[in-house]
Amino acid sequence: MSDRTFDAQAVAIPRKPLALSSSARRAILLVGLAAIWEIYGRWLGNSLLLPTFTETLVALWTSTLDGELPNRVATSLMVLLTGYGIGIVVAALITALAALNRWGEDLLGLLTSMFNPLPAIALLPIALLWFGIGTGSLVFVIVHAVLWPLALACHAGFRAVPQTLRMAGRNMGLSGPAYVFGILVPAALPSILSGLRLGWAFAWRTLIAAEMVFGVSARSGGLGWFIYTNRAQLETANVFAGLLTVILIGLFVETVIFTTLTKLTVQRWGQEA
Amino acid sequence: MAMPAEKPVAPALAPAPLVVDRVSLRYATEAGTVTAVDDVSFTIGRGERLALLGPSGCGKSTLLRAVGGFIKPASGEIRLHGAPVAGPGPDRMVVFQEFDQLLPWRTVSGNVEFALRRARGLSRKEAKVVAKDWIGRVGLAKFADAFPHTLSGGMKQRVAIARAFAVQPDILLMDEPFAALDALSRRRMQDELLGLCEETGATALFVTHAIDEAVHVGTRILVMTPHPGRVAAEYFVPEAARRRGSPQFAALEADIQSKIFGHPIAVESDDV
Repeated sequence: MSDRTFDAQAVAIPRKPLALSSSARRAILLVGLAAIWEIYGRWLGNSLLLPTFTETLVALWTSTLDGELPNRVATSLMVLLTGYGIGIVVAALITALAALNRWGEDLLGLLTSMFNPLPAIALLPIALLWFGIGTGSLVFVIVHAVLWPLALACHAGFRAVPQTLRMAGRNMGLSGPAYVFGILVPAALPSILSGLRLGWAFAWRTLIAAEMVFGVSARSGGLGWFIYTNRAQLETANVFAGLLTVILIGLFVETVIFTTLTKLTVQRWGQEA
Repeated sequence: MAMPAEKPVAPALAPAPLVVDRVSLRYATEAGTVTAVDDVSFTIGRGERLALLGPSGCGKSTLLRAVGGFIKPASGEIRLHGAPVAGPGPDRMVVFQEFDQLLPWRTVSGNVEFALRRARGLSRKEAKVVAKDWIGRVGLAKFADAFPHTLSGGMKQRVAIARAFAVQPDILLMDEPFAALDALSRRRMQDELLGLCEETGATALFVTHAIDEAVHVGTRILVMTPHPGRVAAEYFVPEAARRRGSPQFAALEADIQSKIFGHPIAVESDDV
């Protein structure tokens, strides 16, 4: 009887056919997609409408070498980091206010429910009116894009800190900033990180979109402006190179930077949300 | 009664470390104000381990939290060495029932060191030495660098106990620290805790709903009854009754049992 059960178990675990790792599968899929693009592009034979994959790579390579693309990327990232930084500071202030009293909490709830559904780009006309054409307006819309999702996530994170952990912290004699930074912030880190991630994604999309709208008259534009001007000059391969750069930077930050940050902190602490 | 011989004993006239003086605790619910603890008084002397024993809803945990400084009494006063308790502090380290009392982002030794640095103001170096000693004493030397989420419930409670002892509080407050453990671990932890208390001569307030735990760990037992929480009886636990399986242990347990269930106030509804 027991022998049979043992056999059955042995049979029940079949040898897996050579399983590929998920990154290998992704690489193969990427190559496949690039091949489809290349073949379709060649078949179409109209590089004004759709440059082939290789043409795009060449455009990416040359505009990287002549320094134009790196300059544009640097301009975009500078604006983005400024807006992102201000957004984080303001979100921290609002969350602190919300943590302090009920009025602050209601204010945060009201503001987020009002402004969260409002696409940041919709504020651009107002921003142009207030700050004129230039970095100021861009920073304004980015702050708006980052602020609300981040404040919402931080607030939810603080509220979710277990009562026992709060009491343990106060029991050790922590109060004021020591309590906030010694207990609340690390305990809320899973939520804060996901808020930062979300804020980054919103900010990045908003920035590219905003640069296209009024980069037209700005003296030196960013990546969005690069895409826009190349379209106007019918340099379609450069447009695709610009789009590819947007994707690559977005992917890099979201997967490499944030994933590493998560692995080093909340995942290691068994706190993953 | 019997004093631990190896430790210097406090002079007889030293003030009782903790005085709970006619304390009532109330809290507001949607249905109105609920009196959790009504006019309870007791003192805890140096080296004493007072077990607050009662069914759930008798306000024993609420009372412990008030001693911890987390809840303000509606009336009456709680004094530590003569000074009224104004808020939480490391002179009254608490071991909670819940496992999430440890900081998940710090290792076992990190948790103890953090408490030592914050509560006792030790330097990093000093804290490391003291933490190592205490982690060894609770048998977790091998796990000093592990993060809490990798530990079992019993191990987490050991860390919390090590943290509380390491800080050297005036009084240890234990809020059903073993209630969420399985029966075997609970027994072992009770023995270990008793050992640590006797070794250090610690003063403790221990909340529990298990009669055998109260008899085993406490030097004195206050039996509380619910709705509202009041002290129904007080027992001194003689040294001989502390040993599980001894006739005195069984007798005391039976006595308390009859007191709790035979008492007219002790109704079954324990929904607070």
